[in-house]
Amino acid sequence: VVVAPSRAGLDEEEEAREETPEDREIRREIEKKREVDVLWTGSCAQQPLVCSRFIVAIGRNAAAFLSSFILDSVCWEVVGVVKLWNEWCRTSNTTNVLPTDSFCLFYRLISDPTVLLCQCSCYVAEDQQFQWLEKVFGSMQKKGLQVTILSTCPVADYKTQESTLTLVSPFLKALKTKEFQEPVCCPLLEQPNIVRDLPAAVLSYCQVWQIPAVLYQCYTDVIKLDTVTIEAFKPLLSSKVLKSLAKDASESTKVLKKFLTTSETHNNIYI
Amino acid sequence: MTKVGYFYTDCLVPMVGNNPYATAEENSTELSINAEVYSLPSKKLVVLQIRSPFIKNKYRPFCETLLSWVKSSKCARVVLLSSSHAYQRDDEQLLGTPLRYLLTPDLEKAVGGRMKELNWKEMEKVAAYPGISDTDKVLHIPGGGITKLLFTESCSEGIQMAVLLKFCSEGDNIPDAFVLVNYLNEWLQLIKSESNNSTDPSSQWKIPSSWRLLFGNGLPPALF
Repeated sequence: VVVAPSRAGLDEEEEAREETPEDREIRREIEKKREVDVLWTGSCAQQPLVCSRFIVAIGRNAAAFLSSFILDSVCWEVVGVVKLWNEWCRTSNTTNVLPTDSFCLFYRLISDPTVLLCQCSCYVAEDQQFQWLEKVFGSMQKKGLQVTILSTCPVADYKTQESTLTLVSPFLKALKTKEFQEPVCCPLLEQPNIVRDLPAAVLSYCQVWQIPAVLYQCYTDVIKLDTVTIEAFKPLLSSKVLKSLAKDASESTKVLKKFLTTSETHNNIYI
Repeated sequence: MTKVGYFYTDCLVPMVGNNPYATAEENSTELSINAEVYSLPSKKLVVLQIRSPFIKNKYRPFCETLLSWVKSSKCARVVLLSSSHAYQRDDEQLLGTPLRYLLTPDLEKAVGGRMKELNWKEMEKVAAYPGISDTDKVLHIPGGGITKLLFTESCSEGIQMAVLLKFCSEGDNIPDAFVLVNYLNEWLQLIKSESNNSTDPSSQWKIPSSWRLLFGNGLPPALF
């Protein structure tokens, strides 16, 4: 008999079993190992950070979008890193990362130090998301802050009256908090669709603490790094937040190409 | 009912979406999160809706936080709406109504009589060691999540709590939701029955827009 997972959110075994001192010890050790550390470097070591715009890219495609269309080593400096460990990935406290690594880095715009950017290509587990929020936002001043989140998820998760086969993917959908008053660059996500994981955690945090925030979710049918998905975020370059940050278009194409060659070579090992 | 707050916690899986109770275009873009609080002052009613499952090993701290919030916000009574697996009923539970209630000792004194009047059935205790001894009986709510923990904790902490539950099967639970809400209404009379000869009592309840597409997306046209 296949037992369906409890929709009350708790499985029988978990409920029935009392925790022994040994279990508790093991659980504590695991919790310690799974702790999330945010390390700020240089000028950002002083807290709280004054931040006007915070742009968070979650997942490889969103992070690659920022790398190709916004970030460069001339205008931006690395100011922080998240160190974490879980069943899917581990990141170290080094800020020198390869594009193929899993990482979570913070950048700051040199010409305007109140603009912060986060690239998070690593998996942040359910039990680590709350810590991530508390530690990242805990070091920021919330007054005058505006948050933009970029993320991707499979188009199969999208619920619509239509068949997903007839949907043209990738496409963007947005969700915003009550305080976010600016126009959004794409249609809002319709009910009964929901967003989970870290993007949802960040947006929930902003809603609860009344921070203006918007989430752009890209529904795509390719999970790995892919130019079509990366370019699906392009309409955002016309938004108020990103407009002034976008770099030269020819430069972007070059970086984008380089990105894919790196990841292709990496993947070819298994062919 | 209006939304008055959030239950901000590290115990639930994060989730966001637009207003699940949208009735028109204008109110459809209100963001909703995993646990929200609604209130209806005219009925002295506060509703906490939990929309996502627990993070592993976090249900105990959640129950503690929830009950301490109940105490600090001075809620006189708590009604917990829940369910239990229909397929794990015993012979006795298979007969008659699929609805059950439980009252903590402190609430039993106040409303126990009313439940008898309504002819409601209390949740049966089951044998702890079936087939071996029938004298040791325990409360068992399979599939009820934190229901049992919240109830037992409330009993020992002197919180006035009632659990109303229905035995449910996997699948479309919309009819179960109606049955449970009618059960609640029978006791608390939150809405008056519009006409006594109404054949379908569920006709007075509104279905939230978020209950659409329960069985997935439309079918590909090429199928036909």
